[in-house]
Amino acid sequence: MPELVKFKLNDKELTAEKGTLLIEAARQNGVEIPAFCYYPGLSLQAACRMCLVDIEKRPKLATACTEPVMEGMVVWSDNEKIHTARKTTLEFLLTNHPLDCPVCDKGGECELQDMVFRYGAGGSRFVEEKLHVPEQKWSPVVYYDAPRCILCYRCIRICNEGMGVGALGLNYRGVNSEIVPNKGDHLECEECGMCIDICPVGALTSGAYRYQTRPWEMTYVATPCAHCGDGCKVTLSVRNNQIMRGNNRDASGLNGEFLCIKGRYGYDFTHSAERITKPRVRKNDELVECTWTEAIAAAAAGLKAAKTHGVIGSTHTTNEENFFLQKFARQGLKTPHIDHRRSADFPALMDALAGRPATPSALATSRDVLEAPAVLLIGNNPTDQHPMLAWNIRTAVRLRKQHLYIVNRASIPLVAQAEAAKIAKAGEEIEELERFRDALAKEKDVVIIFGSEVKGADITKLVAFGDTLPGHTRYIALADNANSRGAVDMGVLPDLGPGYQPAAQAGMALDEMLAGNLEAFLIVGANPARRYLIQAGKAFVVVQDMFLTETAQIADVLLPSAGPYEKGGTVTNTYGEVQRQKLGLLVNGAKTDLEILSLIARAMGFDLGAANAATQSNEVFEEIRRSVKGYNIAAAALWTGSAVPAVTLNGAVPHRDRPDLIASSNDTLFTSGTLGRYCSALSAVAEAKERKNPEGIGK
Amino acid sequence: MIYGLRDLMPGSEHEVKVISRRFDLPNSASIDTYLANEGYQAFLKARKMTQDEIIEEVKKSGLRGRGGAGFSTGMKWSFVPKNIQKPRYIVCNADESEPGTCKDRLLMQFDPHEIIEGMMIAGLAIDAHKGFIYIRGEYRFLIEIVEKAIDEAYARGWLGKNIQGTGFDFDCVAHSGAGAYECGEESALLESLEGKRGIPRIRPPFPAVAGLYQSPTILNNVETFATVPAIILKGGDWYHALGTPKNGGTKLTNISGHVKRPGCYELPLGISLRKAIYEVAGGMEGDKKIKAIIPGGSSTPMLVPDQLDTPMDFDSMAKQGTFLGSGGLVVMNEDTCMVEVALRVMRFYSHESCGWCIPCREGTTWLKKMLTRFHAGGGEERDINLINELAQAMLGRTFCPLGDAAAMPMISAVKHFRADFEAHLNGNKCPYEGRQ
Ligand SMILES: Cc1cc2nc3c(=O)[nH]c(=O)nc-3n(C[C@H](O)[C@H](O)[C@H](O)COP(=O)(O)O)c2cc1C
Ligand code: SF4
Ligand code: SF4
Ligand code: SF4
Ligand code: FES
Repeated sequence: MPELVKFKLNDKELTAEKGTLLIEAARQNGVEIPAFCYYPGLSLQAACRMCLVDIEKRPKLATACTEPVMEGMVVWSDNEKIHTARKTTLEFLLTNHPLDCPVCDKGGECELQDMVFRYGAGGSRFVEEKLHVPEQKWSPVVYYDAPRCILCYRCIRICNEGMGVGALGLNYRGVNSEIVPNKGDHLECEECGMCIDICPVGALTSGAYRYQTRPWEMTYVATPCAHCGDGCKVTLSVRNNQIMRGNNRDASGLNGEFLCIKGRYGYDFTHSAERITKPRVRKNDELVECTWTEAIAAAAAGLKAAKTHGVIGSTHTTNEENFFLQKFARQGLKTPHIDHRRSADFPALMDALAGRPATPSALATSRDVLEAPAVLLIGNNPTDQHPMLAWNIRTAVRLRKQHLYIVNRASIPLVAQAEAAKIAKAGEEIEELERFRDALAKEKDVVIIFGSEVKGADITKLVAFGDTLPGHTRYIALADNANSRGAVDMGVLPDLGPGYQPAAQAGMALDEMLAGNLEAFLIVGANPARRYLIQAGKAFVVVQDMFLTETAQIADVLLPSAGPYEKGGTVTNTYGEVQRQKLGLLVNGAKTDLEILSLIARAMGFDLGAANAATQSNEVFEEIRRSVKGYNIAAAALWTGSAVPAVTLNGAVPHRDRPDLIASSNDTLFTSGTLGRYCSALSAVAEAKERKNPEGIGK
Repeated sequence: MIYGLRDLMPGSEHEVKVISRRFDLPNSASIDTYLANEGYQAFLKARKMTQDEIIEEVKKSGLRGRGGAGFSTGMKWSFVPKNIQKPRYIVCNADESEPGTCKDRLLMQFDPHEIIEGMMIAGLAIDAHKGFIYIRGEYRFLIEIVEKAIDEAYARGWLGKNIQGTGFDFDCVAHSGAGAYECGEESALLESLEGKRGIPRIRPPFPAVAGLYQSPTILNNVETFATVPAIILKGGDWYHALGTPKNGGTKLTNISGHVKRPGCYELPLGISLRKAIYEVAGGMEGDKKIKAIIPGGSSTPMLVPDQLDTPMDFDSMAKQGTFLGSGGLVVMNEDTCMVEVALRVMRFYSHESCGWCIPCREGTTWLKKMLTRFHAGGGEERDINLINELAQAMLGRTFCPLGDAAAMPMISAVKHFRADFEAHLNGNKCPYEGRQ
């Protein structure tokens, strides 16, 4: 039990844990002490002097952000002295702050505005000339307007301490002090935009958003990010059916403070000029636009005419869509041939852990990573591929003294946080673990996280190794995309149906389908032609996609689908946490993959149960809850925005090992598979980096 | 040009020369002169004393920090924890930048070994084996002198391993600042010495516990260290008796401004302001009247002629609402424009504010801009109160005492010389123009 101390705040007797900072103790008791430079989890600055409080027997006012509460302390945060101090501090701040609130991006959601509104003076006594320096462009996505900067140093700290990047510094002194990129005039960094989010004022602004609109003209939709498998929640700011901005305004997701460049800026594929918004059918070897009715009829006819079918699902579509897709394949088309691009061997992991209790689970959640005393990371480069995971590890190492052990084929950035790191030759990762055995045996509990390097039989070996550790060992397999895990859980696999249950009849895997002689393909939100040669012309190909990808180009029927920000449904991140995707906006012409599938199903006369006519994903989700093992999760929690772990450890998983099919596309921070190509901010940053650093992006 | 001793220390019969006693000797900065005149004997004596005995002797001397705050040196040394398994450091604050103050430079120029020996004795007292002298960037010529002294001491076995066979090791390094007043503030100095931006640290912990590289550190002013050898050699009681009961010893005092013989004098603590100005410094130039006195460097609140009988020691100055500070006495005559004085002072502080905290960064700049306008004849009635109010808004609310240093002279200027401010109103040009 932590020791409690009694103290008095504004004449009220209160208690707090010993050592708590006064500012936090006050917050816990519902008293706001204003602060600019104080930021929970970041180092203390005592610079802004907004948090001054009056402590009994002290000659001077003290900063609540640096004073730990002590037994018997008597504090006032609400007397005349404090009011005056706050008022003048704000008056001081406003002397050089340009009052350009009417055009400033931050207007309406600015901490300085709020503070002045609450604690400031009605007028200003400052009549001298203000300082001015021109704004600076540090990168395609980060701009700095020095006069607006109140020098709270949050940006420097979030970049140093939170991101571990250290791209920002402080130049000059006194009133001329300004934040600068440490590389001089430009950033060489992760372009995460965390500095922009944390800036209390409009000093740091986003290249993708600046001067476009006012915060109160938009509606806000907090929804899982469309990109990697971590499942951060991003807040989309939408005006007139257009996403104006992505940020972490909501900050209620499992990502806490965090968002990477993709979550923040990777939304404008939605509005890409290259979106297909009209269905097309192949006529005289050319894809020509047509009506939905004509396209659906053509798709249904083509599929019906074929005797053998291959179905390829997506790592980006929702659970509902993938669930319905496998039903469409297995019960509608009656084909066992269904698969998707795999990047983590979830079946092997579930099988290796078969028989373990549901609680405490042998599978770790994203939150567990934050709280684990030790993490063993094998393979992968989370800084690029799972930015939130990297953030969580850095945070845990920094604030909770977590011990990190790394085995990797190369030296990755997280090595900076590691207790110990080993470079392993490809395929020798598991053997290398022996070197950590003694150290890991001393750790209380270990979370073992592995990338696509560990698969098949290696996972069995890994679990055997984990079993020799004394504590409660938990596992995480890292898969590439927003719903890579969901695709597996929903049974978009040739050997497994939903919930890791054996398929009634095993089918061909992705490579076998594409090399075989199937007569028709249904490809939903996937781009296998990027990797595999598909014999166009031989088979009848139906493609549902947002873009004219390599695969879409060989389609016989191309059906324009809605993107992830244009539909409801659920997705499951790589940790198995299910989140609800929210409808952000509608793009004319496109239909959700679920709707397209149900239209084809109806045209083909399939009876696929409850979902048959569903255009509402909620009904499909109810069917998933009822019928998919491990997915009978608390709907209320999900509906209110929480991430709810699916319970996917349900006994042995007889599966067909195909380690050769498990591969990560090794996306960097600035790429996101096919989707990333259509994000202008990502391309702009990647291009800028290419110019500055032709050797390699992001390295 | 490098001034000679006579330019800097005109001499006075009221002087009691303890730390400046060797200044007059030929080649006073050389190790030979030093060794021939009691040099390093205090170190040898202290080497035979226990750590507690050294600290006790310094406590007995009543020596109070000469850097401005006047904290008991013996007490400060006794705060260094005994059982921490970390290296300990001795840091000499030679950043001397307070306007009106130029005493440490004389010690560095004319008797650098005295400083080094003081640091070595501090090293003995807390078992430290490394000393740093942080010299203000503008004192370029002094860095050479101090470095030469360090080299000599190494060459002659007074620094380095097993000093003179005593088994005690001590290394000493001189380090140049980059020209920031704020780096004289002890924690900013430590940051700067570590190679970081010169901004103060949050305290506690204090340097005695976590100073340089987060290790226990004694940080003192040049003059403080220079006084230590004499205390060890002749005894704390002897030194103490040179001053007044609670303010032992002597102090290098700079007298500048409109006096006949400006310069640096080593005076016993407790000598009256009147004596210092009229006898030591020979009185006012042109026998004009005194208007204002800055007693201890530009940051100390100003005194007026009524207060001339105040003894110059820490406690008596405090009773008058000001500070002995660094010993930089600035005397201003009746033809001095106090608005211009305020402006000059504020120009300094706004230039030197490190910018870390809001009240100091913005307050000094606002006041500078306002005083510039005011002095040029653009002042309004309400500005006069505003100067006081803004200074009050900085006082006690900044991160480090620089904000106070900037605020205090403003408050005293408005309090004592409101008439000067009023004379500038209504577009009037400065009434003092051409009168000096
Ligand atoms: C803004 C500021 C500037 C200072 N500058 C100096 C300086 O130049 N030299 C100095 O010795 N002390 C200076 N000080 C005081 C030091 O912080 C510290 O108190 C002193 O060096 C301790 O030495 P002492 O105990 O021997 O006086 C300054 C303090 C402040 C707040
Ligand atoms: S964008 Fe991210 S990495 Fe770049 S400077 Fe800002 S916080 Fe640092
Ligand atoms: S840019 Fe923003 S976050 Fe950074 S110091 Fe300035 S106000 Fe603070
Ligand atoms: S008072 Fe604040 S801005 Fe001024 S020098 Fe000290 S820390 Fe820096
Ligand atoms: S919040 Fe305490 S000084 Fe800024």
